[in-house]
Amino acid sequence: MNWQTISAKFENVRSGGTDLQKRIRGLRRRLTLLLAVIGPGLITSNVDNDAGGISTYSQAGAQYGYALLWSLIPMTIALYVTEEMCARMGVITGKGLSDLIREEFGFRPTFFVMVTGFLVDLANVVAEFAGVAAAMEIFHVSKYIAVPVAALLVWVLVLKGTYRQVEVIFLFACGFYVTYIISAILAKPDWLLAARMTVIPTIHSDSGYLLMLTGLVGTTIAPWQFFYLQAGFVEKKVGPRQYRQARADVLIGSISCMVIVFFIIVCTAATLYTSGLRNITEAKDAARALIPLAGPWAGYTFAFGLLNASLFAASILPLSTAHVICEGLGFEAGVDHKFEEAPIFYWLYTVLIVVGAGVVLIPNAPLWKILIFSQVGNGIWLPVVVIFILLLVNRRDLMGEYVNTLTFNVVAWVTAIAMIVLTVFLAYSSLFQSTAPPH
Amino acid sequence: MELYATELMGSQAFDVQGNFVGRVREFFIEPAEASNRVSHYLISRGRFQPLVARHDQIAAVEPGTIKLNVSERALALYEPNEGWLAVRKDLMDQQIIDTLGRKVVRVNDVDLVEYRSNGNVELRLTQVDVGLPGAVRRLLQGVVPAAVIRKLQSGLPHRTIRWEFVNLIEADPLRRVKLRITHEKLADLHPADVADIMEDLSARERQSIIASLDEETAAAVLAELDARLTTQIVEKMDPERAADILEEMAPDAAADLLGELSKETSDEVLEEMPGREAKEVRELLAFDPATAGGMMNPDFVFVGEESTREEVREWVRGRQLNLDQLDSVVILDNAAHFSGTVAISRLLLASASERMADLKMEPLLSVRADADEKEVFELFDKYNLRTLTVVDKDKSPIGTITVDDVVSRLVKKR
Repeated sequence: MNWQTISAKFENVRSGGTDLQKRIRGLRRRLTLLLAVIGPGLITSNVDNDAGGISTYSQAGAQYGYALLWSLIPMTIALYVTEEMCARMGVITGKGLSDLIREEFGFRPTFFVMVTGFLVDLANVVAEFAGVAAAMEIFHVSKYIAVPVAALLVWVLVLKGTYRQVEVIFLFACGFYVTYIISAILAKPDWLLAARMTVIPTIHSDSGYLLMLTGLVGTTIAPWQFFYLQAGFVEKKVGPRQYRQARADVLIGSISCMVIVFFIIVCTAATLYTSGLRNITEAKDAARALIPLAGPWAGYTFAFGLLNASLFAASILPLSTAHVICEGLGFEAGVDHKFEEAPIFYWLYTVLIVVGAGVVLIPNAPLWKILIFSQVGNGIWLPVVVIFILLLVNRRDLMGEYVNTLTFNVVAWVTAIAMIVLTVFLAYSSLFQSTAPPH
Repeated sequence: MELYATELMGSQAFDVQGNFVGRVREFFIEPAEASNRVSHYLISRGRFQPLVARHDQIAAVEPGTIKLNVSERALALYEPNEGWLAVRKDLMDQQIIDTLGRKVVRVNDVDLVEYRSNGNVELRLTQVDVGLPGAVRRLLQGVVPAAVIRKLQSGLPHRTIRWEFVNLIEADPLRRVKLRITHEKLADLHPADVADIMEDLSARERQSIIASLDEETAAAVLAELDARLTTQIVEKMDPERAADILEEMAPDAAADLLGELSKETSDEVLEEMPGREAKEVRELLAFDPATAGGMMNPDFVFVGEESTREEVREWVRGRQLNLDQLDSVVILDNAAHFSGTVAISRLLLASASERMADLKMEPLLSVRADADEKEVFELFDKYNLRTLTVVDKDKSPIGTITVDDVVSRLVKKR
């Protein structure tokens, strides 16, 4: 009897295993398939909870307690629906969003999308480094040390790492969001009330409440994330066969993102709102206020979460932006090229980091103006990008049988229009507010 | 004068009497007739049906105006033709393969040149612009005067690709035939370069390129490609074609590839392969990929230790061998057990009558098929090996591992 017949027999014994074994094996196979694809969706959704996001969520909890929690469920749907379209496009066409815009709409529209994207993303990068500075302040580290070190770290990480390594680090960073769950538990919230408020909508009509609601949507669904998500699936060479896994990745990402938002709001609602500290403007105020209210660890974990989120977003944003611009305009892009081969890519990347970190270091820099600009910019850019996505995803010559179904289109257009209305509202009110001096 | 497609798009067309006909919105090339000549001009007339002017109906071309040598009535109505390559729709903003620079690039603009033939003017496509001048033109055309654009672009670094080095990418196989797109030029590149190019393309485009290559080239390219992509490509292929390509691959590479496929697909492909090759690959598939057996190539040259160099040379010459297998020769003793290896370089320097037993290289290294791959890496490192013989438990050689197998595994692990 030779080796093969033995192994064939062995295989027979194995495959004739019990039902339970079979089911476990099926589950394991599915899990392996999922793990091979997972990444882009999870990372993208979690990066949404960046410095600006955490500030907004803390404010929402501090100002309105649990009253805004109900918005998380519709927001999860909106996030999933929009991200899923990009994931599908990436998986089916094998091309990035900027590539598709370029090929289907020509040079000029692409150019304007890219220039707007650059400016908006630059403002976002400033916001992330401001988040690093704020978080490190809680740990008593001067921003003049923290920010340059963070910038260098980000720059080196991306230039020296391969796509896979960087992705693994990013997935770890996703794990650190757990700190917010710890902060929330330490804050001893009224879980029952929180759960009830999540399911039952409470609508207030005062303008501050509406503005906060808009802010939540605006910071959670940022336009650049669509480019990053789609590019992520393209870079991982995920094909139509793995579409189901890609969709699961996006779903897990959207839900986990919202779970974190839930805990941040609950944390500040249980402490700041209950004790009347309702007027905070930044995430670091929340962290600082938590120390006397819920103990130092609640504050430190909160600040650590902010640091993690800011660093995480600061690593992804410049890279993604440089990539998207170069791809759309046809320059060489990617960290696997040498500097001489892709000079524009490296220059864009470096400028984004150096300027982004540099602005934060300017003494008395009007950071709040930049934060508002980044929000307004996101608001203006978002409708454009979402409309491009909807036009592309419905093209049968590109997507074949994977075009949107009617139901999906209805949900997607409603989401898009709602998002557009809300963000335009946010943009206008931010602009209006910015004419008045801050606090 | 150098003409640019961007500048010419939207030019006003006048007929022989000087009447305005419409605006030129597209140039077509008919590759079946001439590979670089603009054969048809699409003239749009607002709400009327667009017309087409043939290349021999053009009297003069300059940016902004195109003069015809016939009256408007002589022009045909436009009907879409799959055999025409549209400069604006199929070329501009699309990706092409630069076969000289061996990479995928995006077209910003198309450069044309005037060519006078009896009484009319033809436009010939000379090169595609993939650099900044083309980008600037696309951005500013119609916004600032053409003279300003020309001045502006002259200071910018040029990046153009001559038309003969442009390889179009078309995912639709029928259209590819109609447009006479072949990937012959790709077959001249190194398979590793083709693999790099394919990584930059979309799944459908990759499929179309593999489909158009001959089996031998396709096999070489697949062997260089990232495992994830190879599986995607092969899974979508007709099993018969996949089997034809796999036959051209070294058995170890074929086994690696099949090992990554789903059980059904790999069985289907194995069904289509001829018996001997299929058996070889099946045997390899039985080994754990992370062992010496999973790394080895079962095709190798073995000779008895009593044979002389001349006999070996004659014997090797007598068969059709893949040169990749000829790094060294495995020596067997009388009991058909492994007795050593001789490098080809040593054979080259030996005299005709020297026996294999005297040429054997020290130390006499071999590795068991179930040895862990780490052990293999360490042996290669320690003894600076180029090849290593794999033996079964009876000490009979069953394959060899070459240094390229080791390198590609180590790179993958990095």
